[in-house]
Amino acid sequence: MKNSLQTVLIRCLISISLVVISSSGLAQEPLRIAFIDPLSGSFASIGNNGLKQLQFAADYFYNSKGGILDGRRIEIVPLDNKQSPTETQLQFRRAVGEGIQIIFQGNSSAVANTLNSAIIRHNRRNPGQEVLQINYSAVDPVLTEENCSFWHFRFDAHVIMKLEVLTDYIAMNNDIKSVYIIGQDYSFGQAVSDNAIAMLKAKRPDIDIVGNEFHPIGQVKDFTPYVTKIVASGADAVITGNFGADMVSLARSIIDSGLKIPIYTFYAAYDGITATLGEDAKGLVYLVHNETSNPIPTEERKQFIRAFKAANPDNDVTQPRIINALRMVVEAIEDSGSTDPYDIALALEDRRHTTLSGEEVWMRGADHQIFQSLHISVHTNEGIEFDADNSGFGLYSEYHVPAEQTIRETSCRMSRPRR
Amino acid sequence: MLDVFLFATLNGLVTGLLLFMLASGLTLIFSMMGVLNFAHASFYMLGAYFAYSISSYLGFWIGLLLAPVIVGILGALVERYGLRHVHRHGHVAELVFTFGLAFLIEELVQFFWGRDTKNYQQPDILDFPLFTLFGQEFSAYRGFMIFISVLIFIGLYYLLTRSRIGIIIQAAITHPHTVASLGHNVPLIFMGVFGVGSALAGVAGVIAGPVLTTFPGMAVVLGSIVFVIVVIGGLGSLAGAFIASLLIGLLQSYAIASDLGMQDLLALLGVSFERSHPLNDLWTLTLPQIAPILPFLLLVLVLIFRPTGLLGKREE
Repeated sequence: MKNSLQTVLIRCLISISLVVISSSGLAQEPLRIAFIDPLSGSFASIGNNGLKQLQFAADYFYNSKGGILDGRRIEIVPLDNKQSPTETQLQFRRAVGEGIQIIFQGNSSAVANTLNSAIIRHNRRNPGQEVLQINYSAVDPVLTEENCSFWHFRFDAHVIMKLEVLTDYIAMNNDIKSVYIIGQDYSFGQAVSDNAIAMLKAKRPDIDIVGNEFHPIGQVKDFTPYVTKIVASGADAVITGNFGADMVSLARSIIDSGLKIPIYTFYAAYDGITATLGEDAKGLVYLVHNETSNPIPTEERKQFIRAFKAANPDNDVTQPRIINALRMVVEAIEDSGSTDPYDIALALEDRRHTTLSGEEVWMRGADHQIFQSLHISVHTNEGIEFDADNSGFGLYSEYHVPAEQTIRETSCRMSRPRR
Repeated sequence: MLDVFLFATLNGLVTGLLLFMLASGLTLIFSMMGVLNFAHASFYMLGAYFAYSISSYLGFWIGLLLAPVIVGILGALVERYGLRHVHRHGHVAELVFTFGLAFLIEELVQFFWGRDTKNYQQPDILDFPLFTLFGQEFSAYRGFMIFISVLIFIGLYYLLTRSRIGIIIQAAITHPHTVASLGHNVPLIFMGVFGVGSALAGVAGVIAGPVLTTFPGMAVVLGSIVFVIVVIGGLGSLAGAFIASLLIGLLQSYAIASDLGMQDLLALLGVSFERSHPLNDLWTLTLPQIAPILPFLLLVLVLIFRPTGLLGKREE
């Protein structure tokens, strides 16, 4: 009895001292960053995985080392948009209501476009309370072309840049005489198809496009009927922009049909996909992406991955660009000494940053598009130091294109706010 | 062309029979209890996840045996301790109950198994091509899927029309009070039917999981289509569900296999549009593009022209 009374007293003392400590820390309010992405619904696994990486990176690089700007912690505020543009509008309002001025978002270009226009409108009407859009993954070119904005920064290569690399790689393979293109029926799938056809025509006029198919996104239960057509077409390779369940089902159906042809993709790894593809897809599934996979070039990045895996054994560092984005934003904050989105944006423009991989990346000021080396990796279990889904399988980077070669002209005419 | 047609038929058959396994349970439950079970596809998902977990320890075949039993017991428990209480408050309450249950199961699945796609694979013993025609392989596992589905259809048909239990069930559908006064335990029959219906959905999940991938969205993807089948086939009609399942399976498969589109239709009418036409997306629509939504189109047509469904006996 006495014992428990003591514990209660001790607990009271601890909590009082905690309150004192935290109230004295109130002067140093945390820097709040919203993460608006799907945390429930069909695409929840991608969103949640991204959130874990952002939160971990914030703790690993800053919060555990005393925070930024003389002791401010970074607080990540997750807001679930279910990958719907409508929900995104609501969550954006909520973020604004809570006074958050930096928003991370990556999944779905439809969502990114909605957010882009919402932020442009909001910032025009509310000078002094602007919001910054950190796009770490939405790859629709318009975001840095026609619809480019001073308040939007993209930390991933857009679809045309990635396709240039992918079609170069396909063009080098003289065994490929015919290609089948299949994709989800929306802006991204259409962009992949249109650009792939145009690029292949220019690079390898002898390659036949034997199929160009669209299917409703997230609606197909069984891809076997599509694969039947692929087999009948006699294609030597498949190109697809599918992601999530549409990607796994498609790849599995192709492999199960006994077809042994390469599948060139954007998103066929991690979040259970690698484990499901397994042995059967070895050497057949290729991805184009930034930040080289195995072998990991630097000890620094290896340490980060190991630390992340220790904290999240069931997850992988699937999107190193989230970490690059966070580190570049924080660098911009530290350099400008301000958390005002206008100052951060100015400091981000033409910023050069050395990533964990030891590579220098460049955020172009003209359109806020990042440039960094792009890689093509293959799904395999050979030479894999860091696997995906704890499956022993992972990505091995085979082909590298330096950043300079990925640079493209932009049509962006950015309207810059005056201060 | 023949090879595409042949394989489209086989693919349609596999999908159709799989859909039937789900629809049979749903239509049976509806005809018995008048409950439209929105959580039916969730039991299908549970079947796949249970089988995945069991198979990683004890192998695929034990999973095939055990998972449906577990799902069936769960279904029976849901009926006994959930639906039966809600039943007193009428059909709307039941509908809302199963609707909520579907969400609950999806969240529970994500809670216990996570949100990632699960690596649930077909057994090695069936990992070979059953036959190869025109350079295309038809996997033994798909043959196995057809075999199991047909077996279940025959078994169910025999059970309902030839056995004593089937006769009591059929009587309980139309005259529950007479059956009760004859000394049969009608609530127990209801519980059994709900359990068996759920177990059938479980079987479908077990055998579909490796092919259609096991992920938390699998119930949603299949759920709506099963309702379409039950309505098209006629609510409460097992034979109707069978015909509708095959019809939809084949319809989708043929639509994907075809290369027809609006352009062919327009060419037939002698009309053509510029690429810059504002409705260009509409004029270039192809049949494969809209294949997965064709069943819903069929549903609308059936509801307009034959509201009772193909073999429905429901009188208004």
